[in-house]
Amino acid sequence: MNSRREFIKTTATGALILGSQTSLGLAAILDQKTQHAEAAKSKVVVARDPALHGPAGQLDDKRVIDLLDRAIAAYTGRDHPVEAWKRIVPIGKVIGLKTNGLGGKGISTHLALVLAIAERLQQAGVKPGEILVWDRNARDLEACGLTINTDPSRIRCFGSDVSGFEDQPISWGSASVKFSKILTRECDMVIGLPILKDHNLSGVTFSMKNMYGVVQRPFELHAGGCNPGVADLNRIPVVRDKVRFTIGDAMSSVYEGGPGFHPEHLWQPNALIVGEDRVAVDHTAWQIIERKRAEVGVPTLEAAGRPPLYIATAADAEHNLGFNDPKRINLMEV
Amino acid sequence: MPASGAVAGWEKTADTRVFDAKNLYQYIDGDAEQYISAGVVTTSTADYKYKGQLEATADVYTMGDAAGARKILETGQTKDAKAVQLGDAGVAYAQSVIFRKGPYLVRIVAFDSTPETPQALLALAHGIEAKL
Repeated sequence: MNSRREFIKTTATGALILGSQTSLGLAAILDQKTQHAEAAKSKVVVARDPALHGPAGQLDDKRVIDLLDRAIAAYTGRDHPVEAWKRIVPIGKVIGLKTNGLGGKGISTHLALVLAIAERLQQAGVKPGEILVWDRNARDLEACGLTINTDPSRIRCFGSDVSGFEDQPISWGSASVKFSKILTRECDMVIGLPILKDHNLSGVTFSMKNMYGVVQRPFELHAGGCNPGVADLNRIPVVRDKVRFTIGDAMSSVYEGGPGFHPEHLWQPNALIVGEDRVAVDHTAWQIIERKRAEVGVPTLEAAGRPPLYIATAADAEHNLGFNDPKRINLMEV
Repeated sequence: MPASGAVAGWEKTADTRVFDAKNLYQYIDGDAEQYISAGVVTTSTADYKYKGQLEATADVYTMGDAAGARKILETGQTKDAKAVQLGDAGVAYAQSVIFRKGPYLVRIVAFDSTPETPQALLALAHGIEAKL
């Protein structure tokens, strides 16, 4: 792990750490990011545990929280999980955990990860009722093993099928969408919990593509391999400003045939991919998919006709959502 | 879709859901595009459980014609696909079975790999084939 001094240096422009003690002070940090863009690097942590899955392919749930702690410690530079989480989330605000259960039971955000994050959030001082686990609908949440609950005295868990969508669309570039009221009205901050998958249109689905699950008619953003749809959607202020952190589930993945569950293409990277810069996170995730495809002799995503072009679009000057240049990504593997 | 008990050991655990081409994305998001381009008309899906433990999902895609079903079946096969005697053509993997019969494309996926999984999936596949 980097020393504390190195950590501060490398994350000075992008770190949610610096702004988190105030009420969602991350907007100010984004301004800093722009000012110091030339010197900035985005930090991405890839934490792995080769023993995360047992010999029969079953996830060892008990190891997930340790993996999470290691990832968060590496990202924040704080070894104590509670102290680390206090640097990430504001207290007294509603924290949304946006899962991804579209692929069904075989390839959805793992329940053990959601529970581990919820536990650490509470230990950091977030009240149960201020945690809202959400996705498109009840079916997607149940695919993750979650149970619907709208009782505000406990951790809430429901989908946009319960909250509904805003009546008025919001537009940016090619995207004109009606957002889930969970995003617009319930959550102060959202942590994205995507699951790493190949995607037969966009190439890769992970952090930014997970936002297709927060709008009413995501298929309208599928043209052109979801480019510029993904970038435009993520550029809309309510997404850009609220979805501030990604804890990407790469414990299991499909390297081909996604976004649905194709067990013949299932593999276990046994990893979490963590970061604030969702462009950098997605770029890192893409490389992991490409390495696996090369390993098993499957053509690159570009050769397959579906390179994830939206990642570069999200990094361009117009969108300015983060870095896709490896030289601007401080990749930390732990 | 076969009812509970119609295929030995298999219980149908949820109602069949049906999607037309326009709302198929609600079920399979970006996967919908390849089915739409191949001429899907409707998609039926149901969840099953084998001997109370092994969970599986069966999808029946009704395409506009047999060519559409063939196109989907031939897309994305891997080296470990094993040909099986189902419908007009079919392949099996450790946790899934895919076959076509006329304009129908059937895909059954299990969520666990057990020694019983391949045979159990084949039995369910034959049960579905008989109803097409």
